[in-house]
Amino acid sequence: MKRLLLAPLAVAVLAAPVLAGKPITVKGSDTMVILGQRWAEKYMNQNRGQIVTVTGGGSGTGIAALINGTTDICQSSRSMKQEERLKLRDRYQTMGVEIPVAKDGLAVYVHAGNPVKSITVEQLRGVYMGSITNWKDLGGGDATIILYGRENSSGTYGFFKEHVLQNRDFSARVQTLPGTGAVVNAVARDLNGIGYGGAAYAKGVRNVAIAKDEKAPAVMPTAEAVQDGSYPLARPLFFYLRKPPAGDTKKFVDWVLSAEGQRLAVEVGYFPLN
Amino acid sequence: MTSIGLPVVAPIARARRRLDLAGRTFTALSGFASLLIVLMVAVIVGEIAWNGWATVSWEFLAGAPREGMTKGGIFPAIYGTVLLVVLMIVALIPFGVGAAVWLHLYARQDAWFTKAVRFAVHNLAGVPSIVFGLFGLGFFIQFVGRGMDRAMGLDVMWGQPALLWAALTLALLNLPVVIVTTEEALGTVAREQREASLALGATRWQTVRHVLLPQALPGMLTGAILAVARGAGEVAPILFTGAAYYLPFLPKAPTDQFMELGYHVFVLATQSPDVDATRPLLYGTVLVLLVLTFLLNLTAVLLRARLRARLLGKG
Amino acid sequence: MTVTPLTSRRNAARARLRAREGVIELLLRACAFGAVAGLVLIVLFVFKEAWPIVADPEVQKESSLRGYFATPLWQPVGAVPKYGLMPLLTGTLKVVLIALVFAVPLAVLAAVYSAEFAPARVRETLKPVIELLAGIPSVVMGFFALMVLASWLQALTGAAMRLNALTAGIALGLGILPTIFTVSEDALRSVPRSFREASLGLGATPWQTAWHVSLPAASAGVAAGCLLGLARAVGETMIVLMASGNAAIHSASPFDSVRTLAASIAAELAEVVVGSPHYATLFFLGALLFSVTFVINLVAGLFVGRLRKRLAGT
Repeated sequence: MKRLLLAPLAVAVLAAPVLAGKPITVKGSDTMVILGQRWAEKYMNQNRGQIVTVTGGGSGTGIAALINGTTDICQSSRSMKQEERLKLRDRYQTMGVEIPVAKDGLAVYVHAGNPVKSITVEQLRGVYMGSITNWKDLGGGDATIILYGRENSSGTYGFFKEHVLQNRDFSARVQTLPGTGAVVNAVARDLNGIGYGGAAYAKGVRNVAIAKDEKAPAVMPTAEAVQDGSYPLARPLFFYLRKPPAGDTKKFVDWVLSAEGQRLAVEVGYFPLN
Repeated sequence: MTSIGLPVVAPIARARRRLDLAGRTFTALSGFASLLIVLMVAVIVGEIAWNGWATVSWEFLAGAPREGMTKGGIFPAIYGTVLLVVLMIVALIPFGVGAAVWLHLYARQDAWFTKAVRFAVHNLAGVPSIVFGLFGLGFFIQFVGRGMDRAMGLDVMWGQPALLWAALTLALLNLPVVIVTTEEALGTVAREQREASLALGATRWQTVRHVLLPQALPGMLTGAILAVARGAGEVAPILFTGAAYYLPFLPKAPTDQFMELGYHVFVLATQSPDVDATRPLLYGTVLVLLVLTFLLNLTAVLLRARLRARLLGKG
Repeated sequence: MTVTPLTSRRNAARARLRAREGVIELLLRACAFGAVAGLVLIVLFVFKEAWPIVADPEVQKESSLRGYFATPLWQPVGAVPKYGLMPLLTGTLKVVLIALVFAVPLAVLAAVYSAEFAPARVRETLKPVIELLAGIPSVVMGFFALMVLASWLQALTGAAMRLNALTAGIALGLGILPTIFTVSEDALRSVPRSFREASLGLGATPWQTAWHVSLPAASAGVAAGCLLGLARAVGETMIVLMASGNAAIHSASPFDSVRTLAASIAAELAEVVVGSPHYATLFFLGALLFSVTFVINLVAGLFVGRLRKRLAGT
């Protein structure tokens, strides 16, 4: 008797995915994941019946998913590397479509009780490569700098490595954490900690003003500074797709780039494209 | 005693007292170790309960997460966990019970194949859970899933992280537990019953179905419950085989991704954007997970005790 | 003997029954085979995805066995990927060692107490507590270590890094403690009463009995318990992923963060492109983990066999 019921059940279970409508999948940057979720939430409220799922994991995860074919849209806080584009071409005969969707200031966090208020890019490089190890070299107290950073799947990691470290290696002493939230959490509990991540996340810690070099003024990651480029670590945030957006995906991307989508980005703590 | 003479007795008595001191210290140390363990467990459970109980409410259990996981509930995670575990059990029980029955009644205990099966069961139990995750990715998703997609001419549907693959991975992970506890349970049924049934002309399968399995049910249940407890708590195997952080819909098809309690704890603890705001929810989720696994394990322990009592009662 | 209609019908029924029995036995045998198949498939597919490391020269340009020991850095993502295995090996070793140093004395002493000295009431309370500890999912243990234990230990030791080998090691020790306790206690309980009674009858105190008679008799079982704990510690992922800081530091200090083999797989597998050298490397780490735990479990099994022989022979 039970065996009779199993057969149609099995058919139904296997057929279900083919019958259901296809949602838009967005995967990737942990920096962008809240933004992506808020975009998805608002878009779904306005377009009942369309489902948009957003998951994080890091820009590298999103790009890998794009290449593996398991996502429609990849969120990335760094640009795709040439070898990644080539892998995409090998699999899908396309070099990928890059769409900037917002701007972000990569912030450097310190504990709220840390006296250091500004740092140059060169000093930051020294700190994260391990040549500067004590806060007193930066104008703070006499204490070892405790380094916090992101896993190598993170676009933030990639951006930092490229633009701050100039493609050199991180110090082995950087404690790698799986998300920006974890970095903030760690620095908030560590008086001698330093971390980096999206400017929107800095709750419970303090952003440090960054100076391009010794002569330039130190700038905080404010909206104006990011927009006009005076903040040295401003970066674009991207959507990557395999093909130019079409159909439902195009409607979503257009909405994200519209005034409404950009306004939401500002609400979340990022900066609009223009 | 005094007839032996004090000069002889005294050193022996002194020696015995000295030994006794070492003995008493050792005994005290071992007792202290036990106490320390109990204290540590109490502290861990207590700290979580203390910080989490205020959050757990009906809305918490039945509601969906809101506002970047800083408010709302964990219902999708509970739902996903339940679905995952149910799928796992459906895949697991036939294989586990079947293998245990075969080992108990049909197998020749000295045959090389029987030894191979026992070897495999014993070693499956020792495989690290992350290796199961790798297996889930490398075999179920890349090989079986992609193969299915190619055979059905689909782009990517089965060849990606999904409820089905996560459930099958967990089923393999828990196979040893079910086989071992079911075999144990079958062993508690008195030999006389089995032999009487066979002597009366029943076939082996009839014996299993009508005599052994019904009586072994508590033991099988123990195994199933232990598997469920482990399935609900293990995160490493589902990291890449289907768990997701935030899904705006409940999983409906076996190809869907799902939210899960253990994974939710992991992500909330390590990746939530506003740690102080999510702290109460985090503790609440941990407490729910802890209570769930605790209740499951307690049920299994009680069942096992009843089984053992029955075995001892039979003599 | 003439075959009447009744006989032939009965024979037919019996033949049908026998056929069904045969099919059922085949199905059950297939289920048992499933366990073997599962293990074989795991070995096959994990090693298959790791195979390019030793076989494919294209992959070996980026990630190779020689390269694993040529560089002290583990930076698999970057312009020049570096796959230095040494920090991961020392990291795993440190955490496992700390876990064993923490768990083995506690678990074995408690097992001795439970099996030899404790009154029944205490034993009945201790067992469920250990089972409760065993039932705590590793993600919860990792959570506790990350949120609470790390701060306590930092206050205690003044360590510069809050998430370090010590924090992860102690949390890991708590995780493997039930395994060591249960196997050791079972071994001690299985020492025949006659041993103990003979010793006590000869005038030894309970602790002398425990130390000189029971423990040596059960030593193989206790060793097996420790080995099983070791195997579990080597393969454990979630606790270390959350509490160790995940910095690939190659040092001897327990106060430095560490990055273990298992945690590296968990942290990095999400971002790899299928078929890339990084992907193959992670599967290689998985194959390594599998092999190590397999060997340890094998040895533990031998010890249990030895225990059984020793106790049965007397």
